[in-house]
Amino acid sequence: MTIEVRIPTILRPYTAGEKLVSAKGATLQEVLNDLELNYPGMGERLIDESGLRRFINIYINDEDVRFLAGLQSAIGENDSITILPAVAGG
Amino acid sequence: MSLPPLVEPATELSVDEVRRYSRHLIIPDVGMSGQKRLKNAKVLCVGAGGLGSPALMYLAAAGVGTLGIVEFDTVDESNLQRQIIHGQKDIGRSKAESARDSVLEINPYVTVQLHEVRLDSTNVMEIFADYDLIVDGTDNFATRYLVNDACVLLKKPYVWGSIYRFDGQASVFWAEHGPCYRCLYPEPPPPGMVPSCAEGGVLGVLCASIGSIQVTEAIKLLAGIGDPLVGRLMVYDALEMTYRQVKIHKDPNCAVCGVNPTVTELIDYEAFCGSISDSAAEAAKDSTISVRDLKSMLDARDRGEDDFILIDVREPGEFEIVAIPGAILIPKGEFLDGSALSGLPTDKRIVLHCKVGGRSAEVLAVVKGAGFSDAVHVGGGVLAWVTQIEPEKPTY
Ligand SMILES: [Zn+2]
Repeated sequence: MTIEVRIPTILRPYTAGEKLVSAKGATLQEVLNDLELNYPGMGERLIDESGLRRFINIYINDEDVRFLAGLQSAIGENDSITILPAVAGG
Repeated sequence: MSLPPLVEPATELSVDEVRRYSRHLIIPDVGMSGQKRLKNAKVLCVGAGGLGSPALMYLAAAGVGTLGIVEFDTVDESNLQRQIIHGQKDIGRSKAESARDSVLEINPYVTVQLHEVRLDSTNVMEIFADYDLIVDGTDNFATRYLVNDACVLLKKPYVWGSIYRFDGQASVFWAEHGPCYRCLYPEPPPPGMVPSCAEGGVLGVLCASIGSIQVTEAIKLLAGIGDPLVGRLMVYDALEMTYRQVKIHKDPNCAVCGVNPTVTELIDYEAFCGSISDSAAEAAKDSTISVRDLKSMLDARDRGEDDFILIDVREPGEFEIVAIPGAILIPKGEFLDGSALSGLPTDKRIVLHCKVGGRSAEVLAVVKGAGFSDAVHVGGGVLAWVTQIEPEKPTY
């Protein structure tokens, strides 16, 4: 299924500036694979050898996937995904 | 969730104070008792910069009795686009003193305590001990993790906010009642991966949008009214003009507030966050030239005695503000994603520079890794160039 993904400012260079992109997948892992296919280089900014990078949070609707099933979290028809990296500006 | 008031009420408000705070006093939820609690409250603001400016001004106007300010920097002209607690006449002054003067101008009934030090593991516990609540207006990861851990260890609420370009985030971290900052982000990003406001810019008024959320939450906690922003992250998008919320869970595996914490005392936060990545530090070792070296090389190139390519790895908007003559622009991102590498000349030495030298060191590691072993970068970047070679040019 196709769902909507919100791309944070710092990753928009990979999506030619697009804030909202579509991606396909039944799990978060599949969605991220699809993102990497369409926007090469983005996957590496989100994931390292040990899984989701510790300063990147991904939400399915308003739930942090680290408190769901992580990369194996299931994606439903009307879900939306938000990627939020840590920023420290002040 | 609602929480009891953080502060006991002061014994009384003077006639002058009643007149000053009348618009608060007639709100039933605040009333005399709420205002007396604010009068008795001690709030510490870490930083008197972008977020600290509106936070301190509204905390002062609201009648918070004691305001502490941690700040060691001086006012720079480039601060005034957003740091509204300082003015033109304050350029070059201590930010702490400038902020104190503004606070007292707004409300002479506030007691201001200045802490003109760089906050670190050796002084944070002593400084925080006196205060009921900490408002975070800092601009770097190391200080944010330091403030968080100290607040967890001291069981104090930590009113947090963060801004970048048109985006802001805010929350209240309080391990006694919910998650802490490490529950949200267990580790900082590696240096160079997330740009700062100095690198990426920030819309000035965004400070007010997020700073006002922080003050609102501070007042609610002090007076014990409403639902605090504990366990929730507020995400503001100025371009869309939307506020969205996501949940923050208390992480049972959190290093500082979890079931079996591994951080039970303060650590070395500079080492934890790093100011430059290990690979960049390794690449820059023995491959850093000064701006004076660069000037000699450029002069020799003009005479036909040297040949190299000078690459500015900053963003186009920065290049437009000021640039080193003879430099070509290829932003850092094009090296990180690999797209710039194929276009690099193999018969010339590569010389990299950025604003101050951090980004060019990151790119140096990438370029050397791609086989350009004689590449170098310019220590101090374009800011050092302007200071030492072309002082008539602008800085930012
Ligand atoms: Zn925690």
